[in-house]
Amino acid sequence: MDVQTEAAYDGNTLAGPLSEVFAIEVTTAVGRCRGCGTSSQLATLRVYSLEPGLVGRCPGCDEVLVRIARTPHDVWLDLSGMSALRIGMTSDSGAETGQ
Amino acid sequence: MARAAVSGGLRVRRAWRPAVLVERRLETPSACTLALDVPGWPGHLAGQHVDVRLTAPDGYQAARSYSLAAPAHDERIEITVQAVPDGEVSSYLVGDATSGDSVEVRGPVGGWFVWRPEDTGPVLLVAGGSGVVPLMAMIRTRNGMAAAPFRLIYSVRGPDDRIYDHELRRRAAEDAGLEITAVYTRTAPDGEPRPTGRISIDDLVSYGWPAELEPTCYVCGPTGFVETVSNLLIFLGHDASKIRTERFGPSGPE
Repeated sequence: MDVQTEAAYDGNTLAGPLSEVFAIEVTTAVGRCRGCGTSSQLATLRVYSLEPGLVGRCPGCDEVLVRIARTPHDVWLDLSGMSALRIGMTSDSGAETGQ
Repeated sequence: MARAAVSGGLRVRRAWRPAVLVERRLETPSACTLALDVPGWPGHLAGQHVDVRLTAPDGYQAARSYSLAAPAHDERIEITVQAVPDGEVSSYLVGDATSGDSVEVRGPVGGWFVWRPEDTGPVLLVAGGSGVVPLMAMIRTRNGMAAAPFRLIYSVRGPDDRIYDHELRRRAAEDAGLEITAVYTRTAPDGEPRPTGRISIDDLVSYGWPAELEPTCYVCGPTGFVETVSNLLIFLGHDASKIRTERFGPSGPE
């Protein structure tokens, strides 16, 4: 993949696929890039579609932070590009379940 | 549903639900609004998405994410789909789908590019092409009632590309605190004083809010458009944390 190519999407596109896995709305969570240390809400990642999956790259350095692929029976999730994921637990962060 | 509709909209770990297409309206020659009945739909926030999945007779599946275009009416939701060249999902939804067709949906999803009616600060909406869809959901949710004043700058190639044209004109006249400006990049209607051209810093100064008012800015459109507008807003002094963006590919969300 030529990382100079304009990303087709952003992290908002990750919301649906990640909603199969996470019990909270994780696109509002903040991931820290293992490469450059930039902290970004997942909604702001540069996202490329590589069927059957999606690749989310750091807006700071283009390092791959998230890879998610769906097969008929499994979700493959690679978060190894992030050194931490901070998940807000207030209603404003979008994480509250509202129950 | 016992849950409040809005907070229910943030519940996640979504499963695919069956949905039935109940209505379609052509918005422009290449964009179509589809109304879907979704049993058990939990409600949603303005700006959230729904994923739509089609299954071919041979079992092949394709899914795409679309912005919800309007508040839910009970279990009825609306999306507006722009046809994309060679788009396998959008070409079906815009061209072939008919009332009674079954699809599957997953959602609502997304929690970042959202506006809540209890947010009372000024809002700047900047749309490029079909990027107007989630912003229209915000305008419809606000519905002339909320305290927050809204300004929409809507960049389109020409008059024929304006989605929601009739309703936007009506709302500009009727909704208190809503101002709408169209920016034409290639063809302008007769009498349009602004020369055609891409959105500029002058447009954001003339038709947006001053940065000192600290508006929340929602920018949605093709990737290049979103990059340009968000960089201009930052140059004008808007805080990056007040700028929310949603990008779709060079030719539209598919």
